[in-house]
Amino acid sequence: MSGSFDILIVGIGGQGTILASNILGEACLIEGRHVKGAETHGMAQRGGSVESHIRIDGLFGPMIPPGQADLLISFDLLEALRYSHYLKKGGKMVVNRHLVLPTSVYTQNLVAPTEDEIIAALKKHVLCLLDADKMAEESGSPLSQNVVMLGAASQSIPLKPESLLAAVRHLVPKKTIEINVKAFEMGREFGGTC
Amino acid sequence: MGRKYLLGNEAIAHACVESGVDFVSGYPGTPSSEVIDVLRVQPDRSYYVEWSVNEKVALENALAAAWCGIRSLCTMKHVGLNVAADPLMTSAYTGITGGLVIMSADDPFAHSSQNEQDTRCYAHFARVPCLDPASIQEAHDMIPEAFGLSEELGLPVIFRPTTRICHSKGDVNLGEPIVSIRKGEFHKDPRQYVVIPAHTRVLHKKLNEKQSAIRKRLVERGFNHYKLRGKIAIIASGIGATYVQEVLPEGVSFMKIGAYPIDEEWLGDFVKKHEKVLVIEELAPEVEEVVRQVAGCVPVFGKKNGYAPYEGELSPPAVAVIMEKAGFLPKNPFPQVDPIQNLPPRPPILCAGCLHRGAFYAIKKVFKDAIYPSDIGCYTLGLQLGVVDTTICMGASITVASGISHAGDPRDIVCTIGDSTFLHTGIQGLINAVYNGANITVVILDNRITAMTGHQPNPNTGVTACGVESPPVSLDALCRACGVSFVESVDPYDITGMVNILQEAKRRKGVKVIIAKQMCVISARRAGVKRGRYGVNPDICTGCGTCVRFGCPAIEFEDEKARINELCSGCAVCAELCPVGAIVREGKK
Repeated sequence: MSGSFDILIVGIGGQGTILASNILGEACLIEGRHVKGAETHGMAQRGGSVESHIRIDGLFGPMIPPGQADLLISFDLLEALRYSHYLKKGGKMVVNRHLVLPTSVYTQNLVAPTEDEIIAALKKHVLCLLDADKMAEESGSPLSQNVVMLGAASQSIPLKPESLLAAVRHLVPKKTIEINVKAFEMGREFGGTC
Repeated sequence: MGRKYLLGNEAIAHACVESGVDFVSGYPGTPSSEVIDVLRVQPDRSYYVEWSVNEKVALENALAAAWCGIRSLCTMKHVGLNVAADPLMTSAYTGITGGLVIMSADDPFAHSSQNEQDTRCYAHFARVPCLDPASIQEAHDMIPEAFGLSEELGLPVIFRPTTRICHSKGDVNLGEPIVSIRKGEFHKDPRQYVVIPAHTRVLHKKLNEKQSAIRKRLVERGFNHYKLRGKIAIIASGIGATYVQEVLPEGVSFMKIGAYPIDEEWLGDFVKKHEKVLVIEELAPEVEEVVRQVAGCVPVFGKKNGYAPYEGELSPPAVAVIMEKAGFLPKNPFPQVDPIQNLPPRPPILCAGCLHRGAFYAIKKVFKDAIYPSDIGCYTLGLQLGVVDTTICMGASITVASGISHAGDPRDIVCTIGDSTFLHTGIQGLINAVYNGANITVVILDNRITAMTGHQPNPNTGVTACGVESPPVSLDALCRACGVSFVESVDPYDITGMVNILQEAKRRKGVKVIIAKQMCVISARRAGVKRGRYGVNPDICTGCGTCVRFGCPAIEFEDEKARINELCSGCAVCAELCPVGAIVREGKK
């Protein structure tokens, strides 16, 4: 509606959502396009639920209104469900098949949905489910999970893969460039199949 | 310099360098901290930069620098301005010669704050100009203007971004950095800088006489502007103005307010050209009150007649709802969607291996039916562990503890305060408690860093903001100098040791201080400290749940047995807690 392509990246503080959103922002700059975004900082990062909004070609505010995201990238199954109302009708979800139960489940005896229940609920949307942790390990470091996710999602993002890869090279620590390039390509290949 | 994708605070920091800033001080506070965090690590700086011990100290330092004719920046979060309010109010009287920009970042919706106060009210109160950006680019562009305006008017200028400016990101057009060669020089002028009654009365009159010129100048500088597009109008400020532009239909006039005080005559001319006016702004009705003063018989819609909320933050859908209510049809209807209910929440929690968790555990074990005043820092998350009964503002744990002690409640009182918060405004409370004979136990949670806001160093760390070594404060000697005779240091990973010292403190009367000292687990990881990892031997684990109730995110419970995941940092506290010795260091089974 505002003419932007809206991506919401969600996960748990510490999983690398901010680096993933920085890569998208940098890729927009490389293509000479406007971009707006917003993210969680401060105490909320300490193992809490975190969100990064990225609006490619965004001209106005940084926040994606609920029901308007074109793409949801989630590093955790439960967080995918928690933010699923942000997706617009027909929007796509790229989700890591990985579930960290919140500590509240243990300390307050709360009931969490099972992995199968979550996946069943997510299937109401266009869903691309992948084991990004395993792929990250295969590419050389479990820390590249966020770049695997971005690679898988890149099939649906209106940015050239070359721009995204250039942004990856620019932003990840120098020693890990090759690992992350591999992680991106593995993710992208998988993303092409779903 | 070109275009970059930056965090709002990074863009603000860059704009300060483009303005040739000479002196920077501040105290960390979300969402303001990254401005100094960026400035303090720049190579070849031409400016001085410090993390001060609190906001009052920071502002007085920056004010003095501005009296010396150099460009000064002072940063803080909105509640920090309460601490700095004393120098703020009178700095408007003395004025400055070098530009002084006070950045006070507001936090609508209190994402990371104890309240939703509005910095614009302070600007109004102190009678100094205030700039209120609507986007990252505008925040960037306002900074050089703020320094220029401050010098032109001889007054401090308040710069008030909000969380959605500071912590949003975007492509920003940057200018060239300036290397300043200015040197500060103090020119004695007691009539300006010694505010005895005879001087201050004159200075107050001068401040009041400047007001009309300030209003006109802010319109001339283009911070406040409008477009006539029809018979009805929306007036908006800050990020609210950006949200309005996202939904503004054709045929509705639009006025954007980016600076205060607002020129009433100019505003009145605009309002009177319309049949009705809607005001959109976050938090206090600062714009709306002025609009109502000048509106005459033009109906005004806003907070004061219930169309817009006083609290929380705005968003494009929230603005659309307010518009509909007031009869202004937004361009886009937003889909009505609801989040899925009953998912277990995932609030922030203390990290795996956090020293505070061990300290809280020991406190609860020794002081079962006690009152636990606490303070502001990561350890406020001790709320989830049932060991935080009060938090009001920085430094208010020891004072609340002594207040409850003198109020006559017979229970034990154990308060917790971090090292940075203790140095910020905790010391005065400790002196007061000793002086007035309170019966309290104070636990200083000493991780040697200001962790919650992003690991800024403080006088307890041993380095300055720029990484230069400095003599670390001795908390032990400081507490003894305040008159405390029972001061003990302990490692909170050593639960037995901490329990023993707490029991000793419980037996004594008066003010007792225990310094629970251990590195922040994030700092330790960054410093390369490796303690190994722990695991649960499933053959020994009885599934009693003692370790799980400790609340560490590294401990999970699967198939009636505990399990330790990859978050483990090796603090070994759970190994000490396990009643059957099932938790052992991995590789040493």
